[in-house]
Amino acid sequence: MDRRSFITANSTKRASSQRTNAGLFPYSPPFDTAEISHLFKRVLFGVKQADLSKVKGKSLEVVLDLLLVADPTPAPPVNNYNDTSYTDPVVPLGQSWVTAPNDGNATSRRITSFKSWWIGLMLNQNTTIHEKMVLFWHNHFATESIDINDARYAYKHNALIRSLALGNFKTLVKEITLDPGMLRYLNGYLNNKTSPDENYARELQELFTLGKGPKSNYTESDVKQAARVLTGYTVNPTTISSAFDPNKHDTGNKQFSAFYNNALITGKTGVNGASELDDLINIIFQQPETALYVCRRLYRFFIYYDIDEATETNVIAPLATIFRNSNYEIKPVLKALFGSEHFFDPVNRACMIKSPIDFCVGLSREFNIVFPISADLANHYYMHDYIRTQASNMQQNLGDPPSVAGWSAYYQEPQFHELWINADTLPRRNQFSDTMIGNGYTRNGKNIKIDILAFVDSLPNPADPNILILDSLLIIYSIEISKEVKSFLKTILLSGQSTDSYWTDAWVAYKANVNIAANRTIVLTRLQALFKYLMNLPEYQLS
Amino acid sequence: MKRRDFIRRTAPAGILFPALINGFTFKAFADSPLVSALTQAPTETDHVLVIVQLNGGNDGLNMVIPFDQYDNLSNARSNIIIPRNKILKLDGTSFTGLHPSMTGLQTLFNEEKLQIVQSVGYPQPNFSHFRATDIWLSASDSNQTINSGWAGRYLHEEYTNFPTGYPNSVMPDPLAIQIGSFVSPAMQGPGVNMGMAISDPVNFYNLINGVQGIAPNTRGGKELTYIRQIAQQAQQYGAVIKSAAAKVTKQFSGYPTGNSLADQLKIVARLIAGGLKTRIYMVSLGGFDTHAQQVNANATETGAHAVLLQKVSEGIKAFMDDLDFLNSSKRVIGMTFSEFGRRIKSNASGGTDHGAAAPLFVFGHYAQNDVTGTSPIINLTTGTADNIPMQYDFRSIYASILQQWFCVPEATLTNVMLKNFQNIQVVKKSAPCMSSSPDLLIANAGKNIISNYPNPFQTSTTISYESSGGHTLVQVFNTEGKLIKTLVDADLSAGTHKITFENEGFVPGVYFARLQNQTIQQIRTMLIVN
Repeated sequence: MDRRSFITANSTKRASSQRTNAGLFPYSPPFDTAEISHLFKRVLFGVKQADLSKVKGKSLEVVLDLLLVADPTPAPPVNNYNDTSYTDPVVPLGQSWVTAPNDGNATSRRITSFKSWWIGLMLNQNTTIHEKMVLFWHNHFATESIDINDARYAYKHNALIRSLALGNFKTLVKEITLDPGMLRYLNGYLNNKTSPDENYARELQELFTLGKGPKSNYTESDVKQAARVLTGYTVNPTTISSAFDPNKHDTGNKQFSAFYNNALITGKTGVNGASELDDLINIIFQQPETALYVCRRLYRFFIYYDIDEATETNVIAPLATIFRNSNYEIKPVLKALFGSEHFFDPVNRACMIKSPIDFCVGLSREFNIVFPISADLANHYYMHDYIRTQASNMQQNLGDPPSVAGWSAYYQEPQFHELWINADTLPRRNQFSDTMIGNGYTRNGKNIKIDILAFVDSLPNPADPNILILDSLLIIYSIEISKEVKSFLKTILLSGQSTDSYWTDAWVAYKANVNIAANRTIVLTRLQALFKYLMNLPEYQLS
Repeated sequence: MKRRDFIRRTAPAGILFPALINGFTFKAFADSPLVSALTQAPTETDHVLVIVQLNGGNDGLNMVIPFDQYDNLSNARSNIIIPRNKILKLDGTSFTGLHPSMTGLQTLFNEEKLQIVQSVGYPQPNFSHFRATDIWLSASDSNQTINSGWAGRYLHEEYTNFPTGYPNSVMPDPLAIQIGSFVSPAMQGPGVNMGMAISDPVNFYNLINGVQGIAPNTRGGKELTYIRQIAQQAQQYGAVIKSAAAKVTKQFSGYPTGNSLADQLKIVARLIAGGLKTRIYMVSLGGFDTHAQQVNANATETGAHAVLLQKVSEGIKAFMDDLDFLNSSKRVIGMTFSEFGRRIKSNASGGTDHGAAAPLFVFGHYAQNDVTGTSPIINLTTGTADNIPMQYDFRSIYASILQQWFCVPEATLTNVMLKNFQNIQVVKKSAPCMSSSPDLLIANAGKNIISNYPNPFQTSTTISYESSGGHTLVQVFNTEGKLIKTLVDADLSAGTHKITFENEGFVPGVYFARLQNQTIQQIRTMLIVN
């Protein structure tokens, strides 16, 4: 029996045990709208109809290659913040501040500019995984802009993870270690031979590479030794760059524990001291736990939080092998994961609770919310920041995760992603979708909202209420809903009537002349009620 | 009489309760399974616990400052030590002072509404924020992972079927409320989280209640069911929270501004006074991870840590004043905690690295008013790895609050705390549910009940200790605060006992022998020499 028929044969049993044994075997067709939508919901922020039509009819292999193309470097954020109460003395409006001297009064404005810019990149993402990987690495190598308190560091850190988001993980770890923002955030720049500061050395192992799994048995002494290796790095606050100062480096030998096979990092003097970092990274990356840990992190971010024994054996372990064999290149891992039977197994669909950013950016994208154009600088940035603020109110403040561990949804046992949803945040999500499907958000005479008429009009057959509902669900839902709920949805569209043609007539009348306000209002209010309800249902929280 | 007993005794006789089940009085169901289900009703109490979490690892030695160890402490942290004359004095003790920015708590102490518990920690301290936080919230051993929280387990014992059948007439309100973002893992029950999160009760939003389909038996179905439950909670509790908040139209006017802890506590006071039966509230303040520049170098009584402590002090003081104003102060006890204290020795960046045991506060009208425990011992020379050994296990504080404040019986307590912990006095004996154990603390005040000879020693020393009978524990800790040996862990008869402590090749230096017996504990400093 081949792998697929084995799975099919066992499908009943699998469904009842709620668990999958499907591993990293390449997935074979069907690869249709449902599968494409599942894939896109995980690797993009929401699914646009445009994304779907772009790849219609293409094979999984071709789509994966498309998704794994790294985006070009975006233009940096600019001064959007001059106003009546403040003018940046060095950066003109519309010019980038990322290399300009810091003006203390501009700090919070620049941080907001940075975050708005970042949200803008998400909202306007290409059909690639790049932006979501940037968010993944932001959570993985978490820093807080509020703590660093100088937007140039935040930008530089972001540019780094952006440039290596689909690159080599080992290189990324080294670059992160030398990143001025990270050196500031975890006090690496204060770590010197006379007063070692263990902060970065600990998190490098605990959070960035090895993790705290049962087989990750590095010791307190290893933390201290790693801290000694990492002594001597300084930050230049003018150029926002880091450097190695041999005079601050602990030149003694660093003896690591049995976990590291008693590795000894020989202390080096002068500029050679900097090469001890490579030694340290080498011994960390020799540990199988590093690849396993990062693959578990990817799994929890993209697939599901619960990693049972079968998943560890059938998915995590082979994925980690691919990671090691490719010398820690990230793309082969992503390609294997998103092309696997496991990923497309029905059990693993619709089980992610959307993160607040996924919720807010995804909603904006899937309904094609139109934002002010970039030439309208102030409003362009401001409306992006409104989306950022909404996600922040739902407990995910981009650029400011709660701690160096990132957001607890990605590590806190036993609830993980469920932590996004509580009696405070769920109503906030509903409030946001209510606002967007209703009057939208208005400021400065500019308005952002869901144009539900345009959305529905772009569906294949909006005149048929049944098809309208099915096609809408295919885009905004991941989980199947029951016949009863579907028929209830139709009663919203039909205002409690049971004759489909009432809707069809109303829609045809509206389309005959879209400028007749009365006809327009008839379809608009019903569609608003339908989509408000759809987005209030718990199902909408899943992807 | 407890609610449970009351129902057991009276229900069969057919006394009418004000509560209704689907419109029928209890009487109609007098012999039905429903009544036996209801005899599992929770303990009747209007007591409330407010937990103040200080995220990041609070520098206890800069908060509760030992006058009697001041010189050695000053040596160990010369760049951050607060001038002796700036430290706040407390009535009735010459050993213990408070950080100069904590005048609010000084007043509370002198008004007999504050307890300082010294050196609270656990054996084998962990120095990772996330792990240490999990340990504190779950009340696990250091090497043990428990996925439920201690408060969650307590609430699960009281409201076993939650959330099925909740809210109901006996418990119409949230069991526990987290002010702020996520529901704390402390409130995670064995199955579900017992708490709910809110930020502003006035703006609490009503969810619509609509048609729901059946959830498929998949991972997605599991999450869907979870979200549906939260959606219903959000709606149902939204109403009671709004109505409780609406009952309080005027609060104490002296809350500080720009103090997020005070803002959170103000909401808590409002909900308590508004009549919510919610037993546990959790609030938090972050920023205590003071690795660098925790003080201003030219005025060490000021700086980042001083600002944080001021927020704690002013927030709690205003909260207590508000409870008085709202006539609710006798219902409330609070406690502070942080995932760990900080290293005794400061670093050269003007900060302190992750440490071990630290003091915590219990506050409230009925808080035991004293300094419990002795000042942590600071040696003449302090190494960079040296830590304060624990005097009290943090789980003793939880267990004692549950027992003395929530009347939790011994058997249930073991289910919640997962083992036995020393009962220490955290609630005044005048309060309901007071402990009936004899006041050993007073009887033993000033007495050395643990000693060793010879001291210093090379190969072995004999530890003499007095037990009042019952469970007796003698442990040895090193200067890093780690438990290295448990010498006695047994039920003993009352009297003086002896045990030999062998030097099994320990590094020469200072060690601490800790005696724990009933409500008392004492630490003895021992010195191993070459």
